Amino acid sequence: MLFDTSEIVETIRMVQQQGLDVRTITLGVNVADCAADDVATLAARIHDKVCRVAEKLVPAAEEIEDRFGVPIVNKRVAVSAIAQVSQSAQGEDLAPVALAMDRAASEIGIDFIGGYSAYVQKGITPGDRRLLGSLPAALSTTERVCGSVQVASTKAGINVDAVRWMGELMKQMADATADRDGIACAKLVVFCNIPEDNPFMAGAVHGPGEGEAVVNVGISGPGVVRAAVEAAPDISLIDLAELIKRTAFKITRVGELVGREAAQRLGASFGIVDLSLAPTPAAGDSVANVLEAMGVDQCGGHGSIAALAMLNDAVKKGGAMATSSTGGLSGAFIPVSEDAGMVAALAAGTLTLERLQAMMSVCSVGLDMIALPGDTPASMLSAIIADAMAIGVINHKTTATRLIPVPGKGPGDSVQFGGLLGAAPIMAVGKVGAERLLARGGRVPPPLGSLGN
Amino acid sequence: MSKTRAIVTVIGEDGVGIVAKVATALAESGANIEDISQTLMQDLFTMIMLVSLDESVADFTAVKERLRAVGEELGMKIDLQQEDVFRFMHRV
Repeated sequence: MLFDTSEIVETIRMVQQQGLDVRTITLGVNVADCAADDVATLAARIHDKVCRVAEKLVPAAEEIEDRFGVPIVNKRVAVSAIAQVSQSAQGEDLAPVALAMDRAASEIGIDFIGGYSAYVQKGITPGDRRLLGSLPAALSTTERVCGSVQVASTKAGINVDAVRWMGELMKQMADATADRDGIACAKLVVFCNIPEDNPFMAGAVHGPGEGEAVVNVGISGPGVVRAAVEAAPDISLIDLAELIKRTAFKITRVGELVGREAAQRLGASFGIVDLSLAPTPAAGDSVANVLEAMGVDQCGGHGSIAALAMLNDAVKKGGAMATSSTGGLSGAFIPVSEDAGMVAALAAGTLTLERLQAMMSVCSVGLDMIALPGDTPASMLSAIIADAMAIGVINHKTTATRLIPVPGKGPGDSVQFGGLLGAAPIMAVGKVGAERLLARGGRVPPPLGSLGN
Repeated sequence: MSKTRAIVTVIGEDGVGIVAKVATALAESGANIEDISQTLMQDLFTMIMLVSLDESVADFTAVKERLRAVGEELGMKIDLQQEDVFRFMHRV
C-alpha cells in the first residue's frame, strides 16, 4: 500500500469538516530603500515597490490552494515600519503614504497591508510623532491599512507618555469613524515586545532585522483541535496535552508546506510559520469552544486560565516540531469579536475584561478586538493599555491591545464590524482609573528580569 | 518528464461504474494510477487513488476540472490534491 487510507481520510476530514485552513500568507516587504526627501515621493516609491514585489502573491496563493486543496483565506502584505522609513521625508502630513499603501493593496487584490507603524518604547522622534499624529486620518480614510505602535518592551520598560497619547489617539480614531462604529481602532494594535515576523493583522509589520522579501504563514484550526478534544472526553490531562500536541503538529505541517511553496513561487525567502490557533466568527471555529471541550463550563469561568495555559503550551510544542522555523505569536488567540464562543460567553456575563486580562498572561496576544463603551475616557483606555504592557514587560512575552471605544454605544449594545472582524457586545469598563499615575508621564523603567546578560 | 503525484478522492453513495468512469478520465488525461483503496467515511463510500500526472499531457487544473465534472455526472464529490499535503501532515 503506497498510502495510508486512514491518514488520507483524516486530512480530508480536517479540511472539509473541521475548518482546517491556512489563515494567511503574509509577504513581508522591505521598503527601507524607498526613503525619499519628500512624502509624495516616498509614498509613490512604496506604492510601486509593493505592487512590483507582491504582484504575484494572490495568483500564487490561488494556485497553491487549487493544487493542495487547503483554503488560503487571506493574502496580505506587511511593510517595514513606516515611521522608520519616513524620517527623512519632508512634509507635515504623512497620510499620503497610508493612501499609497491602500492603493497598492487594492491593486494587487489583498485585503490588508500592515506596517503603518512606529517603535516608541524608549522615546518618540519627530518622525514617530508625525506618524502617530497621522493615525486618525490615515486609518479613517483608508480601507486596508493597518498600523501598530510598540510602546513597551522588556528591555526598555513602558513609555507612559506614548501610552497616554495612544489613549487620546484612539478616541480621535473612533470619532473619525463614528459612523462605522469606530472601526479605525480595529486596524491599530498597541504592543509590548512586538514580533518582527507576525503574519496576522492588524499587528503585522516587516521587522527591522528581516530580509528583502519574506513569506510568513499563519495557520489556523481551532475546529480541528476542538474535534480531536471532543472525541476524547475522558482522557487524562497529560494524554490530552499529547493529543493537542499531535493535532497541532499536523495543522502546522500544512503551514510549512504552503510557506515553502509560496516562497519558491514568489522568489522570496520562507520566514516562519505562526502556529497560532486563530478563530473566526464561523461556527465551530472558536478557541473558546476548545476550552469548553477541554472541560471548562464556559470560557471565562474559573479554570479558564489553567486550560488556556495548557492549550497554548501544547500547541507550541506540537507546532515547533512541524516547521523549520516558528515565529510570530504562535499560541492561542483570544480576539473577542472574532470568536463566536467568546461572544456568547461575554453575552452570558461569564467572560469579563478582568478574566481576559488574566488570560493574556498565559497565551499569545492580549486584549484583542474588545469593544468598549464610547464614553470611556482616554485616560481609562491608557490605563488598560498600561496594565497589558506591564504583563508583557514582566513576563518577557508579547502582549497587545486592540481596543475599540464605540461612539454612541454602551454595555448591552452590540457592534457589527462584519467579515473576519466579526461582531461583539460592548464590554463594561470599571469607573476607577489611574489618571494621576499616568499624568506623571515619563517611563516605567525596565525590570530586573531584563538584565539577562 | 517530471510527474506530479496526487491523491484522488471520490466521496458519495456507492454505485455501478464509478471506478471505470474515474479510471477512464484519468487515462485520457495521461495520468497513471499507482494505488487504489476504498473505505467508508462516516457511512459515505470513499475511494482513494494515488495517481501520477504528466502535466505535459494535461495540467493539474485541467485534470482536476475533468474529475470534478465526472463527479457531477455520478453525483459524487471528486477532488484532486497534490500528495505533498498528506505526506507532510503525517510524516515527521
